[in-house]
Amino acid sequence: MSILTHSAYLAVLVPLLLAALLAVGVRLWGRGAPWVALAGPLTVIGIGVASLRAGGDSARITWIRVGERSLSLTYNADALAAVMLLVVGVVAACVMVFSIGYMHREKGYVRYYALLSLFTASMAGLVIAADLATLFICWELVGACSFLLIGFWYDKPSAADAARKAFMVTRVGDAAMLVGMAVLWRASGGLEFSLILGAAAPFAPAVATAAAVCILIAAVGKSAQFPLHIWLPEAMEGPTPVSALIHAATMVAAGVFLIARTWPLFAAAPAARDLALVLGTITALGAASVALAQRDIKKVLAWSTISQLGFMFAALGVGAWQVAIFHLVTHAAFKGLLFLTAGSVIHGSGTQDLREMGGLAGRMPVTAACWIAGAVSLAGIPPAAGFFSKDLVVSSVLHSAPWAGVALLAASALTAAYAARATRLAFFGASRSVTPAHEAPWIMLGPLVVLAAAALVLGVAGGPLASALGTTFEPLSVTIAGTAIVLALTGTVLGWRSARPQAAWTVATEGWRTFMRAAASGWGVDAFVSRFVVTPVTATARATDAMGDRLAIDGLAEGVAALASRVGALLTEIQSGDGQWYAGLMATGVVLLVAAAVWLVR
Amino acid sequence: MTTLVLSCAIVAAGLYGVMTRRDLVAVLASVEVMLGGASLLLAAYAAAGTAPAAGQGYALLVLAVGAAGAAVGIALLVSLVRRGRSRTDQITEVRG
Repeated sequence: MSILTHSAYLAVLVPLLLAALLAVGVRLWGRGAPWVALAGPLTVIGIGVASLRAGGDSARITWIRVGERSLSLTYNADALAAVMLLVVGVVAACVMVFSIGYMHREKGYVRYYALLSLFTASMAGLVIAADLATLFICWELVGACSFLLIGFWYDKPSAADAARKAFMVTRVGDAAMLVGMAVLWRASGGLEFSLILGAAAPFAPAVATAAAVCILIAAVGKSAQFPLHIWLPEAMEGPTPVSALIHAATMVAAGVFLIARTWPLFAAAPAARDLALVLGTITALGAASVALAQRDIKKVLAWSTISQLGFMFAALGVGAWQVAIFHLVTHAAFKGLLFLTAGSVIHGSGTQDLREMGGLAGRMPVTAACWIAGAVSLAGIPPAAGFFSKDLVVSSVLHSAPWAGVALLAASALTAAYAARATRLAFFGASRSVTPAHEAPWIMLGPLVVLAAAALVLGVAGGPLASALGTTFEPLSVTIAGTAIVLALTGTVLGWRSARPQAAWTVATEGWRTFMRAAASGWGVDAFVSRFVVTPVTATARATDAMGDRLAIDGLAEGVAALASRVGALLTEIQSGDGQWYAGLMATGVVLLVAAAVWLVR
Repeated sequence: MTTLVLSCAIVAAGLYGVMTRRDLVAVLASVEVMLGGASLLLAAYAAAGTAPAAGQGYALLVLAVGAAGAAVGIALLVSLVRRGRSRTDQITEVRG
């Protein structure tokens, strides 16, 4: 154990080297790739466990010196990092094992595992980073891995577009983060957490607020919160296990982690906290309503992820960052599970459209059981893990901002409703599939069972987690928990009853259909953004291209070339080949030289 | 001074001929005129100076070189005339 307690950097180094090894031998590894890659997440889990038990290993190396200031690369495997390492390691290991079955027919199998390894390394680096520079490097690396994995089927235009969109939208947040880093650097002279988050908190309120808002924007982009959530539903173009790992359990939660990590800054910036609360609440409620109208099983889960991250942001907004981390952990378990189960369903039934499923419970009993475990946890029905963490989120928000708490309760009811609707549409009723579905092989079901167990029992981890993070969670309040349970059950019943694959879309009135279409399109945010952001930006780019690039820069370059060409053409005339013309030129030259000599000597 | 002006005039006249006459024979003759002008200057200045023999020797040398040049020139000229080219504007290209 000692090497694990004293060398937390191995959590980054091992998967990184494995990624390099896989990438170098991309034609060599073949079926062996998963077993090579799997060593990465196992190391991450080992380091997580060791750090949690023995306390943080930390180190720093100076990277760049600028005058008296310096940028260093630092890490510190403290309790928060250790918890995150466990989440990353466990989900990554499950996803890698699951993918052995799910991806076995894909070309680019080794590339897939190399990217998963690289992602694991980057994410581990992100959580153990002890300064904003290191964190930002890893932050960008996970973004790049996300881009590469969403575009895994890069010859499919929709996947390539989705990858680009995800990259560009998160870039907005990343730019804000750079600004925030600059603000902090200027104010404190460094980016290390010990410096910028120290007990002294040497910032003026305006500086703290500016930096916190910038970091919040970065987190909003990464964690797909309103209004930067538009990339996540399209990120579902990637392979389903990737969605489970990156777009449900780990990377999208990095925004929540970032705010938890830089919490002292937010403690000094009430405006940023309020913004987080407002955005989180809007996202939680809005995305849950959108999830209710989706027809694609992965889109349901994508909007659900956005909504659940909104819950975490709301908790952050009222200062309960430990609660947000607890919900992050349970969400990683049950949403990772739901995505992998969806993968199993897609694998077995050959479709991801809920209208073409139905009755899968009979043909895929293990998958169905695991899905139900995840859905119960998502819906917040006790004793599943999701109940405990969501209840803590709701009650802590209710104490500080009752209006937001009520909105979150409504979102919880919607959550239960869409979970029940998707469950009924996929697994119950008559089969509507074209081809008979088949149960997944055990290599895929194994990870599902592990995650299902976690999704059901992780609720008991709340107490230990709170003490590891240096706090205690308040006990369940009977009133709030009771209300939440009643709402969850009501939502479940309503969602179950509303789940009619044909009727809901054909029998309904025109007004209701319009309403559902608006919900299904994400309440038009995407259209709004493409109309009022993308179009003007594209037009500006075109104008700049025409005026600046074509006219000024190309004009200058081409003008110089044309001048040289013209002068050349003129000088060609001189070289006529006529000896007498040359003699005349020579004579002129002599005369000029003599004249010059005479004039100079004079 | 008189000889200087005279020899310059002769060289200039020769140069004018080299530059303007289109007939190859006339161009060649004009070159000889220029050489003559230069030789005149050499001889005249040498006679007025301290070492007259050197100047006259150079003048003779120039005449000899001029004759050699004229011989080569006439050989080329004959060769060109055989190809039907006796004018300067017909020999503007090296090949052909």
